[in-house]
Amino acid sequence: MSQITTNGDLTTSDGRPLKAALAAAQFRAKRRAFFLVAPLLLFIIVSFILPIGQMLHRSVFHDGFAANAPDVKAWFAVNPDGTAPDEAAYAALAQDFKAMKADKTAGIAGTRVNYTLPETRSLITATARVADDLAPPYKDAFLALNPKWGDAAVWQAMRSASSAYTADFYLISTDRERAADGTIQKVPENTRIYIYLFVKTFLLSAVITVICFFLAFPVAHLLATLPTARANLMMILVLLPFWTSLLVRTTSWIVLLQGQGVVNDVLIALGIVGDDGRLKMMYNQAGTIIVMTHVLLPFMILPLYSVMKTIPPSYARAARSLGATSWTTFRRIYLPQTLPGIGAGALLVFILAVGYYITPALVGGADGQLISNFIDFHMDKSNWSLAAALSAMLLGGVLVLYWLYDRLVGIDNLKLG
Amino acid sequence: MKKLLILTTALTGVAFAAQADVTVMSWGGAYGAAQTEAHVKPFAAKTGIATIMVDSDNPATPLKAMVEAGNVTIDVASVEYADAIRLCDEGVLEPIDVAALPAGADGVAAADDFLPGAVTDCGVSTDIWANIFAYDTTKITGTVPTTVADFFDLEKFPGKRGLKKGAKAVLEFALMGDGVAPADVYATLGTPEGLDKAFAKLDTIKSEVVWWEAGAQPPQLLADGEVVMTTAYNGRIFNAAVGEGKPFAIVWDGQIFENEMYVVPKGAPNKDAAMQFIQFATSTEGLQAQAMQISYGPARKSANATEILYKDGKTVMGPNLPTAPENMKNALETSSSFWVDKDAELNERFNAWLATN
Repeated sequence: MSQITTNGDLTTSDGRPLKAALAAAQFRAKRRAFFLVAPLLLFIIVSFILPIGQMLHRSVFHDGFAANAPDVKAWFAVNPDGTAPDEAAYAALAQDFKAMKADKTAGIAGTRVNYTLPETRSLITATARVADDLAPPYKDAFLALNPKWGDAAVWQAMRSASSAYTADFYLISTDRERAADGTIQKVPENTRIYIYLFVKTFLLSAVITVICFFLAFPVAHLLATLPTARANLMMILVLLPFWTSLLVRTTSWIVLLQGQGVVNDVLIALGIVGDDGRLKMMYNQAGTIIVMTHVLLPFMILPLYSVMKTIPPSYARAARSLGATSWTTFRRIYLPQTLPGIGAGALLVFILAVGYYITPALVGGADGQLISNFIDFHMDKSNWSLAAALSAMLLGGVLVLYWLYDRLVGIDNLKLG
Repeated sequence: MKKLLILTTALTGVAFAAQADVTVMSWGGAYGAAQTEAHVKPFAAKTGIATIMVDSDNPATPLKAMVEAGNVTIDVASVEYADAIRLCDEGVLEPIDVAALPAGADGVAAADDFLPGAVTDCGVSTDIWANIFAYDTTKITGTVPTTVADFFDLEKFPGKRGLKKGAKAVLEFALMGDGVAPADVYATLGTPEGLDKAFAKLDTIKSEVVWWEAGAQPPQLLADGEVVMTTAYNGRIFNAAVGEGKPFAIVWDGQIFENEMYVVPKGAPNKDAAMQFIQFATSTEGLQAQAMQISYGPARKSANATEILYKDGKTVMGPNLPTAPENMKNALETSSSFWVDKDAELNERFNAWLATN
């Protein structure tokens, strides 16, 4: 029951303004809706947002040296970049080493500096072991222990490590390092690897996506146009491998393709290749491409199929009856209508391929490894910050591609089913 | 496959660890089995402390992760020498008191009974093992490889080679294959030119290499005929050859040996029982018991004083151990200080070399 008050506002029967009452009622509904989605929201925050935030944080944070060398850190703070270390600097360092020895933290501190400048880890741990014998004048004491303590590059590395927040891991991830004078330069040619791996990961993923497209398109078309009974049978053939464990499929490919495998044995039995000419299809890049294409194929077939199913055959028939050739009909009528499916399938396959880990690890051998395998390698080696930096760059790369896709094709045009 | 194994073993390890008093983590395969038979089972039988073995590709990796995550589920781990030193420096391991270790069977105190370097601040040697290379005697007949240079000679011995995927022991092996004397290997490897030389040597066989990661793989690669020769841990080849009757032969020339260490992670759930286990396992009898299971040499003088027979009751272990004088003619001891320092840098270079052509 609403009434109109003297000043023209709507109120409810109990005299409250209608607007406020409505807002209150809607608030309750919204709150109920929020409680319904809260578990999912909480789940996403705990299992997705927080870990990613943590990973991003770790990629720029490592306090192994900063936390254990407070005195030399203080010296760096008051002396600008490029200052030659004086007696005060060495005295601060000696103080820190004595503390490190007592707390057994030289290993962690050394590990951190070693990430920035190789071969400094044992310099730091060895010095910490005899820290109690250090006496003034400290500079001479340090130089007597190891002449490397006079090296500007070592001090530059410590300066860089004395800040808990650092871009060093991103430098390493882009094959760069800090020179002794603090400028950024590329690492020697024979240790450059990450840029190459990123490019290779994205290229291989693109190749796999294209192969998947060419294999999936005819299959999806058949699925969408065959009579139901036969289409169902084919669908099962598509879905069966999709439901089979990834490891089972990958190891089956190993059995088929390895040097002493089924395919090579058949080729030899047929006399196509000789016994010493066995094809290398496993434990290399070819193996990675073949197996990943097979594993990811259903992700291309299914979106394509769901879109093709909805395209009425009458459009193509109309085009033909108006005089278009079969190629023109395909190119101008059929293909454009399947674009949402192509976009969805390509995006799915590509993003899955970029982050793929287990298949390249099993069948990639030496040259079929992708960036994810190196992220795993650094996690194994306990260099979590570098693993995090590489992961963050991979995440960034995928987001950029997603943004490009949105600009070029439009994310609204995506159709998964 | 490897990752799956790690995952499943880690999971079963966690599941079992909940019920065991002492959980030992080792390398699986023939080696893990040897330590289980020689140390884990007798220790449990003698003390009544429930003790179990779990597997890993390299126990140093999960150990570090566990301590950093503050969730340690193992009490004892078997790690490589350089890892024992590195992890000790990082404060991840419990210190070991050498005075608490049992004296040798002949009464000599532990500190004098162990070979030099076999007891460190945080670890006690369980054996001395070696990286060697081996071949299948049914595949290579006539002239057989006898030197490390033969491993790199594709003309004399055509066919695939198995190599461990990692810089450690591979770079040293390549330099020795290039004719560098063991005494000069680390000095050479420490220079940029020496490093280039090692990689240049590896380049000569790169196209023919099958890379392995787990210690159980090389005997399998040989048995499958996937490679004609492969580097391996000597005990794995010995157990395949003597234990399973496989036609494998070991070439000792250019062997790279080191101590394997039992360590206790910081925060181990049963630290005292873990120390007790180490004292038991690294006693003269404990070391001898392990050498009866697999051909790795005991690191106590007293354990080497008497002849050890393989578990088959007839094979004398002496000539099959890395420490046998005739096997030591051209041998190299892994430099832990070199690898503690350069592990990250050289693996970076190795990975770059591996991934690019």
